[in-house]
Amino acid sequence: MDTKLSPAPSHGNARVAFAWLVAFAVLASLPLLLTADSNKFYIELLSKVMIMAIFALSLQLLIGYTGLVSLGHAAYFAAAAYATAMLAPESGPGNGWLLLAGALAAAAALAMLVGMLVLRTRGVYFIMVTLAFAQMVYFVFHDTKIAGGSDGTYIYFRPEFPVPGLRQMTVNDPSHFYWMVWGAMGVTVVVLTLLLRSRFGHALVGIRHNEQRMRAAGYATYRYQLGAFVAGGMLAGLAGFLYAVQFGFVNPEIASWHQSGNAMLMVILGGVGSLAGAVLGAFSFVLVAEWFSTMTKHWQLLMGGFIIVAVALLPRGLVSLPSVLRVKMRAPGARNGGTAGDDDDTAQEAGGERRSPRNTEAA
Amino acid sequence: MDIVSFLIQCLNSVQYGLLLFLVASGLTLIFGIMGVINLAHGSFYMLGAYLAFALASLTGNLLIAVPLGIVLAVAFGYVLEWVFFSFLYERDHLQQVLMTYGLILVFEELRSILVGDDVHGVPVPALLDGSLPIGNDMTYPIYRLCISAVCLLVAAAMYYVIRRTRLGMMIRAGATNREMVQSLGINVTVLYRVVFALGVALAVLAGMIAAPVSSVYPGMGAQVLIVCFVVVVIGGIGSVKGALVASLLLGFVDTFGKVFWQDAAGVLIYLLMAVILLWKPQGLFKAG
Repeated sequence: MDTKLSPAPSHGNARVAFAWLVAFAVLASLPLLLTADSNKFYIELLSKVMIMAIFALSLQLLIGYTGLVSLGHAAYFAAAAYATAMLAPESGPGNGWLLLAGALAAAAALAMLVGMLVLRTRGVYFIMVTLAFAQMVYFVFHDTKIAGGSDGTYIYFRPEFPVPGLRQMTVNDPSHFYWMVWGAMGVTVVVLTLLLRSRFGHALVGIRHNEQRMRAAGYATYRYQLGAFVAGGMLAGLAGFLYAVQFGFVNPEIASWHQSGNAMLMVILGGVGSLAGAVLGAFSFVLVAEWFSTMTKHWQLLMGGFIIVAVALLPRGLVSLPSVLRVKMRAPGARNGGTAGDDDDTAQEAGGERRSPRNTEAA
Repeated sequence: MDIVSFLIQCLNSVQYGLLLFLVASGLTLIFGIMGVINLAHGSFYMLGAYLAFALASLTGNLLIAVPLGIVLAVAFGYVLEWVFFSFLYERDHLQQVLMTYGLILVFEELRSILVGDDVHGVPVPALLDGSLPIGNDMTYPIYRLCISAVCLLVAAAMYYVIRRTRLGMMIRAGATNREMVQSLGINVTVLYRVVFALGVALAVLAGMIAAPVSSVYPGMGAQVLIVCFVVVVIGGIGSVKGALVASLLLGFVDTFGKVFWQDAAGVLIYLLMAVILLWKPQGLFKAG
């Protein structure tokens, strides 16, 4: 896994590659360090965080690289989770690989169907229409009797993952499941990196920058966007599948628009147009939410304030924090005759630069 | 379905549709003129309902509470635009979505802290608390007819203001070209603030007059917001006329859907939206 990760960073920067490696290595070793029973909670929490990171990564493909701001991404997450719950046999553990395939197929099929409709619109329409279709999925699960209605439905046995030539791989132990999610996140990062390096990925970034020009250059932009939409939906489905396996329970709330909003929040909080940003955003979002919820019953109020402050102060996300800080720290030394206002300008410029080099490089 | 209950369902559809129009027209105005997509708009509807609840129990009469609430709403909208929205115009839609999403969380929790999470009812004002006989054995509450009448009045007033007054001229001009209006010596900042405050007032008004019929409950804002998105998508963004037509259409589809096809009524309006998208991706009416 680790060796495969070396080409992961999208900008071919050795330092960034090293950072990915260290991050994944640290994550992989955590279950070995946190062995006490009391630490099970943290292992499960981190599994949840990584699942949300996969979810955020899948949305990053749409928002950050294709320019499709979807506010209904929870629909594919939920479609896969529900498919897992409905396909799982009630009498004994199911075959995890088959369930995974079913879940991904369900998410992809839904993304295909919705994508064909929503891609007829652009900009703010797109935001509203994706939200509305996700809400439709929510009502399908909520109002009809197909899977327990508003109460949701259970997966009675954790699926098993048979590996040819080896013994059954089970995920009953939290740390085993943790490593499985870790692997899934690694696969997601690698797949997205390879995708973005391919001709297809470059076309997507081109479309994000100027769809008209790409069409003039002979690209069937609709097909590229639909491809990205389905790919994003499938990866969201991977997250939804893991969610269903972890909690053994699905209810319509996972298709609610709060789920979509949270995913979008992670992407923007971390930084639009960066895979690391999506992961960073997911980690900070879930952990901050967890922290707030231990402080007060009304933690959503703190969360709302946190979001507003983040939007106002760090419009380019957490990944821009180092460059903003670097400029702020360099500024006092370079200040001869320049006013404080100038320093702020340079800080903003440095933040602003984030967008151009990354995008041109990816293009 | 006999003719009388058909008539009653029609009246219900119109009443629901017109209420939707009040909320959606504010949303579409704010988007059409300022280019801000405001997810917190549903919260204003919720705010209206809770204002009706608070003021009606304070003053003892909804008829006094409504004008009072509107004054508060305009002031609230004016300040809110100043503090949270005035710097959002230059940002992209993504950040607007996020910021207003944060506001929703704040509003919902403030509501939970101040009023609690119980469902409340607001009494119908005594003056309007009666019903009209329809046919031989059916009646229809006068209050519901009043809702429709108020909404129609507001719609007519909006038409007059937008089409026939100087403010309306500025609003239409501002929607078309912000810089040009500014260079002609009109204070766009204040204009935006006024439009935003009016949009908030419309949603608050809708929430207040709907409160006796729909009761007052947590999460009512999000529900109405998403339906309003459907209205705006069907009607065409920025078009008040489109919002009116689409609201009425949705009112009928939703009401009759619940009568004939109870299990999947929640899904119907989204299917309608899908069909309209296939037919006219830009909505039924162009902005203007």
